[in-house]
Amino acid sequence: MFPDSKIPEGPLAEKWDKHKFNVKLVNPANKRKYDVIVVGTGLAGASAAASLAELGYNVKAFTYHDSPRRAHSIAAQGGINAAKNYQNDGDSVHRLFYDTIKGGDYRAREANVYRLAQVSVNIIDQCVAQGVPFAREYGGLLANRSFGGAQVSRTFYARGQTGQQLLLGAYSALSRQVAYGKVKLYTRSEMLDVVVVDGQARGIITRNLITGEIEQHAAHAVVLATGGYGNVFYLSTNAKYCNATAAWRAHKKGAYFANPCFTQIHPTCIPVSGDYQSKLTLMSESLRNDGRVWVPASKETAERLRAGQIRVQDIPEEERDYFLERKYPAFGNLVPRDVASRNAKEVCDEGRGVGSSGLAVYLDFADAIKRNGETWVSQKYGNLFDMYAKITGENPYEQPMRIYPAVHYTMGGLWVDYNLQTTIPGLYATGECNFSDHGANRLGASALMQGLADGYFVIPYTIGDYLAQTPPKPVTTDHPAFKEAEAEVRARVQKLMSINGTRTPDDFHKALGHIMWEYCGMARNAEGLRHAKAEIQKLRREFWSDLKLVGTESEMNQALEKAGRVADFLELGELMIDDAYNRNESCGGHFREEYATEEGEAKRDDENYAYVAAWQYVGDNQPEILNKEELKFENVKLTQRSYK
Amino acid sequence: MAGSNPNAKPMNLTLKVWRQKNRNTQGGIVDYQVKDISPDMSFLEMLDVLNEDLLRKGEEPVAFDHDCREGICGSCNLFINGRAHGPEAGTTTCQLHMRKFSDGDTITIEPWRAAAFPVNKDLSVDRSAFDRIIQAGGYVSVNTGGTPDANEIPIPKEIADRAFEAATCIGCGACVASCKNASAMLFVSAKVSQLALLPQGHVERKTRVENMVAQMDKEGFGACTNIGSCAAECPVGISLENIAILNHEFLAAKATSNNLA
Ligand SMILES: Cc1cc2nc3c(=O)[nH]c(=O)nc-3n(C[C@H](O)[C@H](O)[C@H](O)COP(=O)(O)OP(=O)(O)OC[C@H]3O[C@@H](n4cnc5c(N)ncnc54)[C@H](O)[C@@H]3O)c2cc1C
Ligand code: SF4
Ligand code: FES
Repeated sequence: MFPDSKIPEGPLAEKWDKHKFNVKLVNPANKRKYDVIVVGTGLAGASAAASLAELGYNVKAFTYHDSPRRAHSIAAQGGINAAKNYQNDGDSVHRLFYDTIKGGDYRAREANVYRLAQVSVNIIDQCVAQGVPFAREYGGLLANRSFGGAQVSRTFYARGQTGQQLLLGAYSALSRQVAYGKVKLYTRSEMLDVVVVDGQARGIITRNLITGEIEQHAAHAVVLATGGYGNVFYLSTNAKYCNATAAWRAHKKGAYFANPCFTQIHPTCIPVSGDYQSKLTLMSESLRNDGRVWVPASKETAERLRAGQIRVQDIPEEERDYFLERKYPAFGNLVPRDVASRNAKEVCDEGRGVGSSGLAVYLDFADAIKRNGETWVSQKYGNLFDMYAKITGENPYEQPMRIYPAVHYTMGGLWVDYNLQTTIPGLYATGECNFSDHGANRLGASALMQGLADGYFVIPYTIGDYLAQTPPKPVTTDHPAFKEAEAEVRARVQKLMSINGTRTPDDFHKALGHIMWEYCGMARNAEGLRHAKAEIQKLRREFWSDLKLVGTESEMNQALEKAGRVADFLELGELMIDDAYNRNESCGGHFREEYATEEGEAKRDDENYAYVAAWQYVGDNQPEILNKEELKFENVKLTQRSYK
Repeated sequence: MAGSNPNAKPMNLTLKVWRQKNRNTQGGIVDYQVKDISPDMSFLEMLDVLNEDLLRKGEEPVAFDHDCREGICGSCNLFINGRAHGPEAGTTTCQLHMRKFSDGDTITIEPWRAAAFPVNKDLSVDRSAFDRIIQAGGYVSVNTGGTPDANEIPIPKEIADRAFEAATCIGCGACVASCKNASAMLFVSAKVSQLALLPQGHVERKTRVENMVAQMDKEGFGACTNIGSCAAECPVGISLENIAILNHEFLAAKATSNNLA
């Protein structure tokens, strides 16, 4: 039987308020008797840890970074959505809800998304009160922009550094609680397992990344806010350390993993320049407002261009194919991320790509410069142009930028109910590491919103409901489950150290990334997925017999850290393949070539696949069990997306 | 410019890298050769090449801090040829590219040097002193919930923009590493000014500056003697004006202290 998603009864707009009234409260004098572990101090974790400490709980916060301020959230550029309707342009909670459900291609829960839209307005108030310096108009009020093709201006931003400013806000709130002694902060400390006692999450096992010490930590409840798993592809826009270990270990302890194949591929990233490439850099989506995307109209021209026989300036207008404008006259260069990405891949697959690898398309500002002048362009996009020049050594004012899609975000993650509780009682998941709000595709500027909604405004209520039903007795690490979990962690670390083969963790990671990108990336099909599954299994066997590490486990050992993460990616990758294989439809970021309309667009199958695929681990090398949570749409009508 | 890059040939380089087992042992410079380095590689990708090589040979890779590789997380922190973050102004180590170097170059790579930033291993240092300075007062004391509507606090755009500029500090520590006194004034002043400029920060402005400066001293950072190497080497352009603001805030706070303790 599928676990209860605990969606409250009643009309959509009243569910959250009713639920807040119905949840049990912990007596204020008792709050200090409860300990809560928060793993992850990005937006979702720092906001949760600070808010829970303010309520009076004792919080232990963990991060593998040297400081909470380094979390991947810091890199978010574009902005954060909120249904403030400050611009009087027709936005509302309902519209943000609707846009998010539709943008997610009808694969998210109505109730969760509605709550997200509701609390979005409180997030902005909270951040401003903390001193987050959002962009403002001359009158002193907050500025907004429209983002990612939205028809209203609901995105709040701090130049191109919104994530940084929001994270520093949450970090400041967290730091204040550290100073008060309500949060104990463990930096450079990596969670390697969850401890489950009598079916309830009661602690974690960590490794100190400086000394190598393995430690046990107990609490009444555990919150995971450990981010997304985009780095399963090796190359992505994620920070290098982003990984799935915390979520994957929880999965193997009993937490279901939902919709793992739903990944978002962002169309405007700086292309790969060589085998040594270690990560991909996002170029803000806003560039598509003024840049025009094109490739040579013929393969022959593209070949001559790549061979250096002609220059881009030599290609006459009639030999250029502005393929997005041609195929989608209504939306042109502003089609959603998944559509733009797929089309770029298509033209490159046809041999019309540019750059030395042929895996790039042009994003051209020549017209914008002609129309408005270089100064105008530089005022609007100067910092992005500089960043591009720094990385590529090319001047985008003189020649078009080269861009290519890259893995950016993972909509899938740990399955959670309406309370953000996983299928392990007492274990919660917030932010990008859960699956809850974005369905099969996330809208721009909505991840920051979700992370902070979860941390500031949802978990403080819902975790109280659980704790109120847990006796306020001290928890300790005395239970044998702690010893067992620690022994497992130690054994695994020692196993990694003792293989003594020939290939490095990065070598395996690159090989995995290659398989995932080729067969489970922008376009997937049954045959490719079957092939990929076998390849991954083979690679995993090689990993466990041919991994090379040096040094010891009782010191700082970055290759060992990496190896543990790659080992988990090698398992998660296979589940992503299974999930993509199971979902015989195309929706959002999941494009199955067999399920396309005549024009080659994604074709959903609402009759058979309007469900959340929640996978249950049953044992190593055994097929996972698929549990289906049916999605009920009572407030929106399901339509096929069209951008023609 | 790439394509037209005169330097597009792969390069061979000599690296002189600081190796140190842990906080309690002595370290020293070790020489390495790296071959076929593409000018389009980032500096850290060049180190990745070295590390893969070392690991394959059964030698310990060089530990260094990094994460976003986009110039925003503040993790990367290498002292390259005697300069924090290397030769290119306004650039973090991770955004530095090998086209800034030439075939045959010798490159010296060391960790940040400051008593308050002990070495963890090789090039990785402990910057938790910065966290403790923020914990001493780098915040506005508001709890979650119960805050007024965001637009009830209008802030002139010029002020908001200046506060933003100060708030863009990435906490890398290059200012400390570049200062002959290992002073953390630029870092501290960036947070103090951001919150002093904004109305939200006014209530606590006196205690904040006093407590943050006291913590800075306690951590063992040196005094500021107004040389300005910090701002010259800061990868995100935090300006010296912030130090002037800090000094002003500090004197004003001392004159009329709210710190009753
Ligand atoms: C380049 C880029 C730009 C983006 N721009 C935007 C944007 O403009 N708007 C938007 O809404 N979204 C954007 N996103 C998405 C958004 O930034 C992320 O989804 C979001 O910040 C994730 O926040 P989080 O708190 O869930 O996770 P993270 O910020 O990734 O934090 C994870 C935390 O968990 C810790 N952790 C993980 N595993 C462990 C472990 N095993 N043990 C201990 N600690 C652990 C880490 O140390 C870290 O503290 C962008 C993403 C990228 C890549
Ligand atoms: S002031 Fe500049 S150099 Fe100093 S920590 Fe901040 S960003 Fe780094
Ligand atoms: S690695 Fe993040 S700033 Fe350099």
